[in-house]
Amino acid sequence: MAASIDQADGASGEGPLWEVFTQEKQGAPHEHAGSVHAPDAELALQNARDVYARRGEVVSIWVVPSSAIIASSPGEAGPFFDPADDKPYRHPQFYKTPRGVRVY
Amino acid sequence: MASTPSAADSASDSAFDARIAAGETIEPKDWMPERYRQQLVRMMSQHAHSEIVGMLPEGNWITRAPTLRRKMCLLAKVQDEAGHGLYIYCATETLGIDRGQLIDQLLSGKAKYSSIFNYPTLTWADIGVIGWFVDGAAIVNQTVLAKASYGPYARAMVRICKEENFHKRQGFEIVATLAAGTPAQHAMVQDAVNRWWWPTLMMFGPSDANSPNSAELLRWRVKRFSNDELRQRFVDLTVAQAQAVKLTLPDPKLRYNAETKHWEHGEIDWAEFKQVISGNGPCNRERLAARQAAHDKGAWVRAAAAVYAEKQRRTSAAPAA
Repeated sequence: MAASIDQADGASGEGPLWEVFTQEKQGAPHEHAGSVHAPDAELALQNARDVYARRGEVVSIWVVPSSAIIASSPGEAGPFFDPADDKPYRHPQFYKTPRGVRVY
Repeated sequence: MASTPSAADSASDSAFDARIAAGETIEPKDWMPERYRQQLVRMMSQHAHSEIVGMLPEGNWITRAPTLRRKMCLLAKVQDEAGHGLYIYCATETLGIDRGQLIDQLLSGKAKYSSIFNYPTLTWADIGVIGWFVDGAAIVNQTVLAKASYGPYARAMVRICKEENFHKRQGFEIVATLAAGTPAQHAMVQDAVNRWWWPTLMMFGPSDANSPNSAELLRWRVKRFSNDELRQRFVDLTVAQAQAVKLTLPDPKLRYNAETKHWEHGEIDWAEFKQVISGNGPCNRERLAARQAAHDKGAWVRAAAAVYAEKQRRTSAAPAA
């Protein structure tokens, strides 16, 4: 089902690829920003800062070796996600409530 | 994957075309026609190389900027260009090509980059005009590319567009300052405008009739507008800006068409464009030699970092004595 994202590791002489996630403000989620090459985690963090945080708009960075990311396969997205397709009762709109009552 | 077209392939092709037509975004692990992948690698790597080579003409003036403020701004702008190159290299790598290969293609002359960066920066005014014209043209292109069908490319463009306006404004500030300065300063910036105007119009690429890749890229919604349409948009934006700072665009045929509401420009010298993209511009050899020297001088840094990382791994793996 799952497949890792295959990327060349270091053929460029710049070290393996790392995926970069940045948080724009405290309390916000870390979001994928892009990737950097670096020989180790410390340099990956520094490169990520130089590439993705040049304007003080980032308060936290995660770097993850690209080879460690496991992603779902787009070709199997249908069967993989369909367990959620027939469960409208997981949405609040499914429920009828008495007219005129503030339920939430 | 290199096989003769089969029924399965053409079914995939039409499913892909349907996704494009529905305005869907294509992601790295999605199925895509090999030709789509190749065209993206070509276009995106050219774009990344342009950002990197684009540092050279402006880097030329960092040490000679007229004030500390101008120097800091230019330095930050050139650093941004490096960052933009890296955003696009990383997006290109999602297509299954390694950055080392891309850099080799640049250094060997196999890959192209924007023709504009093969012109020299002769005076400080050129720095202003580059920010105004060249970054202005890039903004016109990139704003549209931010809606390209390939997700990683579009996202890199969104990131770039957010940063690029600073480039144009720092350029226009330099231009406006010089244009309002002494007669000699005004003449210097007018001279820069005269030299950069036509090469900037060429940046948008060949006229629609002679653009071999455009039709395909438009069909796949990598491009959303043709080269000529984007060039027109840039001209329309820029004429008013030139008038505001009392500079003349060097085109006697430039005139406003009240019917179409567009500024019509004279004929572009496509022979010059062809010369420059085939390696015979004023600075092609100098630019590649500078890139090669920077790459070679960085080799010891990459080697040292790799050895240090390896040593750290060994040390942390070794049992405590």
